[in-house]
Amino acid sequence: MSHDHDNTEVEIHATKKGYIIGFILAVLLTLVSFGMVMYKEMFSKGFIFAALFGAAILQMLVHVYYFLHVNGSKAQRWNLVAIVFTGMLLLIFIAGTMWVMYTLNSRMM
Amino acid sequence: MKTDNLSAETKAMIKAEHSHHKEIDLFGFWIYLMSDLVIFSVLFATFVVFQHNYAGAAGPKDLFEMPYLFIETMLLLLSSVTYGFSVIAMNDNKKSQVLIGLIVTALLGLGFVGMEINEFAHMIAEGSSPDKSGYLSAFFTLVATHGLHVSFGLLWMFILILQIVKHGLKDGVRSRLMRLSLFWHFLDVVWVGVFTVVYLMGLV
Repeated sequence: MSHDHDNTEVEIHATKKGYIIGFILAVLLTLVSFGMVMYKEMFSKGFIFAALFGAAILQMLVHVYYFLHVNGSKAQRWNLVAIVFTGMLLLIFIAGTMWVMYTLNSRMM
Repeated sequence: MKTDNLSAETKAMIKAEHSHHKEIDLFGFWIYLMSDLVIFSVLFATFVVFQHNYAGAAGPKDLFEMPYLFIETMLLLLSSVTYGFSVIAMNDNKKSQVLIGLIVTALLGLGFVGMEINEFAHMIAEGSSPDKSGYLSAFFTLVATHGLHVSFGLLWMFILILQIVKHGLKDGVRSRLMRLSLFWHFLDVVWVGVFTVVYLMGLV
């Protein structure tokens, strides 16, 4: 996906096709999430949470790739580094908070 | 002959320098967005800690309806796509199409904010105000922070529309349009987290 001329024109990544593909994928993933909750009697709770989580992460990646145009190209390298780093912080904040707070009682015994 | 070469070279240098500047401007704004993401992640972390602390007040199953949420989600998603079409029109130097794209985006964004304000007003009228429980405090803080971001994005969009009408697609205006593009798409990414974690997971 990397083109050298991407370096000189920041706006060049945007194409109608890209936005439409991104939109269709986002709608499909949204429908999967809503569908899972609508028919929640058919699945176990754990499975629904895992599927919702997976669909959300996938949809975020779709948005970042097709709408924010972050990809492996040279022009986007530092944007990619920054978002990967922030993603790591996010994981530490959210997963770390959940781990500490949800096990608080058992560790205070 | 020699001067022609030189000027072509200089032009290329100026052009390269210019686009380099544009890239740095966009990168600076990207770093701001990443710091904003940190704010949202802290609010998400707070929400997941408080998500079962109803304190006798209403919980997600009493408060939310899926069709309403679905329309909100689609409004924001569609507005992301129409903004993208504006950026494409800008690259093609089609001023009127840029304006149409931005106006449609702004209307969709207004629809989203309107639905959210309506939802909040109903919740508060029915006694589910932020002071009733840890869950409701965390809910209003997280969702309203996102809604405020969208509202300021709309303000920015209106100003940009006026600037395009007045000044046309000048360099400064283009650069602002590119940054608002990042901002707008970024808010849609955050919304994916909000509708999944706050609404759908609450309804399971």
